[in-house]
Amino acid sequence: MTLMEFFGCTFIGFGPPLALFIFTISGDPLRIIILIAGAFFWLMSLLLSSILWYAVVPLREELAFGLVFSVIFQELFRFGYYYILRKAESGLKKVSDFETGAGVIHDVITKHSIAYVAGLGFGLMSGAFSLVNVLADSSGPGTVGIQGQSDLFFITSAFMTLCFVFLHTFWGVIFFHSLDTKNYIGVGVVIGSHMLISCLSLLNVRELYAASLVPAYVVMLLMGGWAYVTAGGSLNNVKACFTPRSQAFHVY
Amino acid sequence: MVSNKPWTAMTDSSNFSNDGFQAEEGATRLIPDDQGSERTTPDPTRHPDVIAAEAMNQNVYHDTVDYGAMSWTGDTQQEDATVAAAPREMAAPAMPARRNVGEDGGGGGREAEEEEVEEEEELKYGAAHVIMLFKPVTICMLVVIATISSVTYYTEKTGYLIYTPFHEETDDPGSKAWQSIANALIFMGFIVVMTMVLIALYKYRCYRVIHGWLILSSLLLLFLFSYIYLGEVLVAYNVPMDYFTVGFVMWNFGVVGMVCIHWKGPLKLQQAYLIVVSALMALIFIKFLPDWTTWVLLGVISVWDLVAVLCPKGPLRVLVETAQERNEPLFPALIYSSAMMWGVTMADDVPRCDGGDAGGFSERWEGEAEARRGERERRRQERLSSSGSSGQQARNAVRVLNATQVDAGSAAAYTCSSRSRRAPADASSASADDEERGVKLGLGDFIFYSVLVGKASSYGDWNTTIACFVAILIGLCLTLLLLAIYRKALPALPISITFGLTFYFTTSLIVQPFADRLAVEQAYI
Repeated sequence: MTLMEFFGCTFIGFGPPLALFIFTISGDPLRIIILIAGAFFWLMSLLLSSILWYAVVPLREELAFGLVFSVIFQELFRFGYYYILRKAESGLKKVSDFETGAGVIHDVITKHSIAYVAGLGFGLMSGAFSLVNVLADSSGPGTVGIQGQSDLFFITSAFMTLCFVFLHTFWGVIFFHSLDTKNYIGVGVVIGSHMLISCLSLLNVRELYAASLVPAYVVMLLMGGWAYVTAGGSLNNVKACFTPRSQAFHVY
Repeated sequence: MVSNKPWTAMTDSSNFSNDGFQAEEGATRLIPDDQGSERTTPDPTRHPDVIAAEAMNQNVYHDTVDYGAMSWTGDTQQEDATVAAAPREMAAPAMPARRNVGEDGGGGGREAEEEEVEEEEELKYGAAHVIMLFKPVTICMLVVIATISSVTYYTEKTGYLIYTPFHEETDDPGSKAWQSIANALIFMGFIVVMTMVLIALYKYRCYRVIHGWLILSSLLLLFLFSYIYLGEVLVAYNVPMDYFTVGFVMWNFGVVGMVCIHWKGPLKLQQAYLIVVSALMALIFIKFLPDWTTWVLLGVISVWDLVAVLCPKGPLRVLVETAQERNEPLFPALIYSSAMMWGVTMADDVPRCDGGDAGGFSERWEGEAEARRGERERRRQERLSSSGSSGQQARNAVRVLNATQVDAGSAAAYTCSSRSRRAPADASSASADDEERGVKLGLGDFIFYSVLVGKASSYGDWNTTIACFVAILIGLCLTLLLLAIYRKALPALPISITFGLTFYFTTSLIVQPFADRLAVEQAYI
């Protein structure tokens, strides 16, 4: 049972991100580097927030304090990463143009794809940090909820992690695009929704899973839609995607 | 004249043959490299015409060299150009490296364009090279992590290496501290001495001794240590296996490994064996070094790496330079190469003469080598007579060398290749290019990266392991970035190990409690 739960939760939490990694990132050296650098930036933001949490001894028991500041730090680091990537952009562009010329299979690196990769880097790292140790425990001997707690602990953790990986990806796309277009509403929405979902997840400790998971997934879908539109998607694209290729040719 | 700077270390008389070689081998590279130096220290006073003139001089020079009909006039011309260039070059202020081409001289025209192309290629290969090293480093670390977390043998202390006489069995932090420092220093001293011995043997061409040494150690790793490893894995997974099968497996594994590492074999197989060897070595270190000694040792060894590679007389630097001077590959048992290795070319790929030192070079190269040797000798004679003028040339040569350098020894540097050599006239450059592309990373770097990550994972906390892993990869990335900028052999340990150690201690002490609380309360940030 524990082994099944381990694999189930692993694939819930990391299956879709792994698929994203394999199909969209792994073929391109530059994206892998951007991904890992994004992960590193997230790591540094976590380090800063933990130092703050650790230093302020009286509030160590109040997780809300550390959590709020952690969200702020993460968004600051997202901004820092944005700044650095934009500084390095001309170089990155050259590389991608060159590689398409050389016949490497991938598209030209657009601003959106950089944003997506950076966001996924943030998401993967945050997902790893929130789930890996839980998973390591889940495979071991023991029974969940034997002392009256909810036995949904592992599966809700996995779903929450998945949600956060996706959210970080979408936030990355929206955040970068908003800064590019100087549309600061988008930045505000990203920070606001991040704060909201993180604070709602504080309810998990009271086992009010519906109160945190449902809004989280709703927000995730909204953000996903927004990010999709931001990156130039539309309903027609979706339709074209699901139409058989030959018919699509007839239509156009 | 300029030898007080570390990057111009080879201007003293003992190295004249050295730059002679470099000038010849790197003839086609002189031009881009000269521009490279322009780029890193842009000198506004320098008119593009001057650059072009110099480039032409060098072209003349390069042609004469390549057709094996080196004329004295051509050579003096070159010398003149370099004499003229030298003061300006040296006067150029140490401005921050600027990679932007357009700022060079205003109307650099063709040069600027060419440089841009070169820069693009550089970036392209840069990203691919980083990944070429990410893969093996990741695999090596994963092997070590997987072993550490599934096989208890490598985490329980059953004994210690003789190099670490103090065993940290007290609870007193003070004595633990001095014991670990003493251990690390003793161990370090041992490494330093062995490196010196290796250099001395190499300097005096005791190749047989070195090869014997390397073969013996890889024999030990491939047979004994992998036998122990196999046994422990079988115990851990409770798999029975008879001695006959074990013997069969071990014999095949070991012999194929020896052949691949020391003689020839498919590149992939050689890389795989080098990774396995590094992982086994890292596991041995993790098992037999006391806890705190390992951490101190990691710190000390990255400092040593810095010194050994970057100091003018640093042993690894000397090793690399001597190898370049003799135009030999470094020992394949010490370096992971992401592309074709000189010494170990694929058997079916390159026509190969099995003679002596230069094994693996193309026949064409072999044919030219004799002529070049003669040239080198002559040039050396001449250089000795016209002393002093060789400063700039040596400097160029150093850069050229550095761009194509191989790395050295156990705890080592690695380098990027020289790329985009545009010199269609040079027939041999094509094959040389193919061989040079690729990055080289010393096995010592693999070992110590893996020791760090493996040690971090041995305490059972996955967050710390992941943090160290990402930190090391980022350190590697930064080192490669520096490599692209400086184009010389760089130590790969310092940045990565510093990041790794920082993230290990901060994560395990500060982040981990926080992350644990978050995970337990299912709060997501």
